[in-house]
Formats: sequence, C-alpha cells, structure tokens
Amino acid sequence: MTTREAFARAKAEGRAALIPYVMAGYPSRGADLELVKQVLPYADLLEVGLPYSDPLGDGPVIQRASEQALRQGIHVADVAAFVREIRGLTDRPLFLMTYINPVLAVGPERFFGMFKEAGVNGLILPDLPPDEDPALVSLAQKKGLETTFLLAPTSTETRIQTVAPYCSGFVYTVSVAGVTGARDRLPEGLPELVQRIRQVTDAPVAIGFGISNRATAQQAAQAADGAVIASALIRAHEEGRGLAEVLGEVRAGLGLEGVPGPVH
Amino acid sequence: MQLPSYPLPDARGRYADFGGRYVPETLMPALEELSEAYLHYKNDPDFLAEYDYYLREYVGRPSPLYLAENLTRHLGGAKIYLKREDLNHTGAHKINNTLGQALLCKRMGKKRVIAETGAGQHGVSVATVAALMGLECVVYQGAEDVRRQALNVFRMKLLGAEVRPVESGTRTLKDATNEAIRDWVTNVRDSFYIIGSVVGPHPYPMMARDFQSIVGEEIKAQLREKEGRENPDVVIACVGGGSNAIGVFAPFAYQENRPRLMGVEAAGHGAASGLHSLSIGAGRKGVLHGAKMFLLYDDDGQIQPAHSVSAGLDYPGVGPEHSYYAEAGLAEYVGITDEEALEGFQLLCRLEGIIPALESAHAIAYAAKLAPEMEPEQVIVINLSGRGDKDVVEVMRVMGEGQGSSAEGLVQGGRS
Repeated sequence: MTTREAFARAKAEGRAALIPYVMAGYPSRGADLELVKQVLPYADLLEVGLPYSDPLGDGPVIQRASEQALRQGIHVADVAAFVREIRGLTDRPLFLMTYINPVLAVGPERFFGMFKEAGVNGLILPDLPPDEDPALVSLAQKKGLETTFLLAPTSTETRIQTVAPYCSGFVYTVSVAGVTGARDRLPEGLPELVQRIRQVTDAPVAIGFGISNRATAQQAAQAADGAVIASALIRAHEEGRGLAEVLGEVRAGLGLEGVPGPVH
Repeated sequence: MQLPSYPLPDARGRYADFGGRYVPETLMPALEELSEAYLHYKNDPDFLAEYDYYLREYVGRPSPLYLAENLTRHLGGAKIYLKREDLNHTGAHKINNTLGQALLCKRMGKKRVIAETGAGQHGVSVATVAALMGLECVVYQGAEDVRRQALNVFRMKLLGAEVRPVESGTRTLKDATNEAIRDWVTNVRDSFYIIGSVVGPHPYPMMARDFQSIVGEEIKAQLREKEGRENPDVVIACVGGGSNAIGVFAPFAYQENRPRLMGVEAAGHGAASGLHSLSIGAGRKGVLHGAKMFLLYDDDGQIQPAHSVSAGLDYPGVGPEHSYYAEAGLAEYVGITDEEALEGFQLLCRLEGIIPALESAHAIAYAAKLAPEMEPEQVIVINLSGRGDKDVVEVMRVMGEGQGSSAEGLVQGGRS
C-alpha cells in the first residue's frame, strides 16, 4: 500500500489516518515486535524510530526510550532487521524516523539502500531542514524512498514554500513549538497552519507532537489528514497500560463521525 | 570599535562543507531572525559603542600581552608572550562573547536567556551578564557536573540564575546542550539562547568568533608596540569547542602571511585509550548541536562521550570553522594528555606565579615542547584563556592520586 493510498483510505472512511510510533529495541530486543503487534491493528501507517544518543527534537519520554534501547546494544543493522520483521507482518507504509548523524555515519548511499531493502517506504529526518542538503534528499528519493520533513507553528511562508516541496511522503506538521511529548490540548491555530501548507503542496499533512487522547486527536483530525502518536504510547507502556486503550481513544477522536475500533 | 568581517562563512553559514543549520524546523525562523539582527547590529554605531564601553569598563579590556620571561628562559628557545584573558572579569575569555550576545538579546527585545554549561564557567559568565542587563537567566548543567562543581552552581545562583540539572544521557555538557536547545525550541518566541562556544547552528559560530576576535586583534596591536611587528611566529591555544582559539586564530587565518596556528586538543589518557577529546585528531565529519563538524561517534553515528581532566575541553565536537581550518591546512591541531597538561599547569604556577585554567595548561604544555626547538628571535603567543582557581581542587585530587601524597588527605578534607 502506498502512502497516498493509506491516507486516501482513511479519508474514504471519514476519518484521519493514525500513525503510531514504535522504536527499535524498545522496551527490549524482541519485545519491540510485541508492541508493533499491538499497534498494527490501529495503524494506517507506522513510524519506526531509530534510537539515538542525542535526540534533541524529542522530549523526555522518547529520550528515555532511546537510552533504554541503546543500552540493549541496538545497532543500525538491528533497526533494519526490525523493519524487515515488521514488513513481514503488514503492507502498511513504514516511515523510519532518524536523526541525521547515523545516516552520515553509515554513509547515505548505504543507509538508504539498507532501509529500502528492509522495506521502509520513507524517511522522517527531524534535524535536517531539507534545504541544508538537497543532494542528500535527492539521493534518498533516487533510492526509492519517500521523504518527510517537519513544519512548525513558527514556520514562515518562506519556510513553508521551501520545505513542503521536499515532502514526497507526507508533511509532518508539529503541533506546538516544542519537543515531542503528550499534551492535554493542542494550541489553537492548527487549521490555519495546515491551510498555509496546503496552498503549497498536495501531499497529505499529518499532525505530530502532543497527540495523546480523544480531544487532541479530534483537534488533529479537524485540521489535517493524519496524526502521529508517539510519546503517549511509550508512556502507556511505561505505566503498564495496554496500548489498545490509548489507541482506541485516539482513533475515536480521529474518526470525524466518532466511530471507534480497529482498522481491520 | 568595529567587529571584523572574514571571508567565511558563506551566506548559508558554511565553512566549506562544515557548519550549517541542522536543527528542528521550529528553530529555523529564529535563526534567520537572529542572523538578520546580528548583521544589522554588528554595523550599528550605538551597539558597537555600548559593547566597547562594557568591554573596557566592565570586563577590563584590553587584557595585557605579558612577556613570560621566566618561562622563556626556562625553555630556552622562542620568546613567549601570554595573552592574559585570565585577567578578565569572571576570569576567562568567555565574557567577550556572552556580553556581545546579551547586548544583542536586549536589542532584540527578549527578556529571558538560556545557556548550557559544563563545569560552570560559561554559565557563570552568562549569569553575570544577565544580572548586569536585568535578564531572566536559566542555565542547564549536567547533573554529574552540578555535583562536581558545587561552587560554580552557587555562584550562578548568587548572580540570580536558575540552574537546572540535566539527568539525561551522560549527564554532562553534551546533554546540557541538548536540553538548552529543547528549552529554546519550546520558548523560541521570547528567549535568547547564548551558546558558550563556536559551535551550534549558524549564525552562532560566526557571532561567537566575531566577539572573540578582539583577543587576536589586541595581540596584533600589542605586538606591534612590543616587537615592531603584528605577526608572531606561532599562536597556541587550547581547543574544546574552540572559542578562545578562534578568537586568536581568525584574525590571522585569512591573511597571506600567516603565523603557525596551533590548536591543542585534550588527548586525555592518550589517543589509543579511547578516553580523550580529540575531535579533530581522532574524529570524523558528523552533525551535533546543529552544525557539521569533526566529531567523536561510533560506527552507528551514536555520539561518544569525550574525556579530559579539564571540564572545558570535555566536548565530543569542535567548531565548524576549526574543522575547516584543519581540513584546509590553515591551522594545525595537536593533542596534549591529562598528565602533560598537569605538568604545564605546575610549570606556569612555579615560574610565573600564574595559576592557569586546566584548559589553558594544555596550551602551555604544548608551548613547552615547541619553544625549545625555536630561535630566540622568534615569538610565540599563548592564549591564556582562563585562570585556574576553579581547578585547584581537581588538580589537588589528581596529583594526590598520582603520587599517593598527603595532598589526597587535604582534598578529602576540602570536599567533605
């Protein structure tokens, strides 16, 4: 299933797409795949995180998860193997979220090839404004990967016009000026931000950062085509709650008609 | 006064392949706004007059260029001058930059400053100018450093700053910097981030360099007076992130007749031990804290912890302009181990009656190797970037451990 198809299908069902996040090596080797199995029934697309030592765009929950995964000795090759296993379970689009230094360390050509072969559809690069390295973005696209970049409430018209054309997968719109992490409410002004983005691109727009419950999911769905849920899932796992509970609630919020329940 | 204009960085903040802006998109507009504001005010006579006023009246500039006669005689080679940045208010070169950035912050109408700090020197410097300018100040410091540097933590609090211990990652400078950036991403509309070195996204490395370059410019004027020439034969400075070194390198680096510019990295326990801060000597190109630079990381790109006896050099990366100088051959970078630095530290104490910062002791130690190979009519300038009061307890501890002397007992008493 392509990225566009995944968003289109959700739209046809009268709801916004749900994009849960899992991290390779979290909570541990092997158990990461158990979390994948819990979230897949709810996932229109899946975001897969590569744990990193210095995740400066992330809040405390994902930082902690990264540290826990790295303590398990997770390498880039393990992340690719994890993706391969997920690919064996689903045809949903998979997006790898990685900071730029692991890409440079492995070598962009090899890194992109490795993850394309493993079965990812695209990349999310939170600390690479695309105009910093257009050649790297082209290389990823030539390797058959879609690219997704972030836009934010602080983004000017110029930044939107610069960044949006590089988003061949979807546009990842950050709900608040800040780092990742669950919030009770999203700020006002999201619909206007998404409208500004839609004037520049016809790529699907997903909202991330802060999606944690029915209310925030509803806000995201009213503004955009999809919502990413990340920190709230890890926090739910930390607190020993089932992921289905929070996913069900978020999905209910995303269904504009208010229809809860798994995708299939 | 004027702030300098150098050929690099280019408009995109690049020093050839190095530098740039590798940051979350939320920050890009703020960096563009900051670049514009800086480029405007660096040519604004009122701004420059105010900066100049505080440099003279508050910091105590110009700092002396002191002929270290005893050290020169002892080493028996080149004539050695010390650029006395240790005599600045707050005891180091850091304030040249924090003062400039705080003035810029005020002009931009921001009321809150954020900073990261390792041992606490930059934090104290930011807390100082924040107190002076009436700005709210939050300093992030690794929890491990908060514990080790209780005195500086208290200094910052005395100066009215809030110190927030950082528990993530290695709980040191690298993680404090991540946390400061996270704060800035969250409060970008009303806060100004004062970075402590020539690192971070453009325009930070350029701004910090421009504010620090007064040190090199003063050296030129002082040498003209003392030696009848602007150029020394060799300039030596220690390099962690690289702000004191860039201040004495940049004014010479782009000239045709360039002195030898020698950057001294912390070799810690030695290059082979893996416990060092040799970002240039043993690192590879990578991205940390918003810029491409030479960096210590493993095969998967995970940042590796740095090590040095000197907290100020204990950083896994090095500023993009130094990375460029190294690759282009404009400056040379060498390593000095913890042990050699401690010898340099004692040498300056005994011969000149000056207790240097452990950072600066790396430069002294390298000069002690180089000077004897040079001629008496040749001139070395060492940037004595800071004073060593802050390091006395650490030196006592290390010397005590190394020699099993009674110093250990003294330190134990001091720490209890």
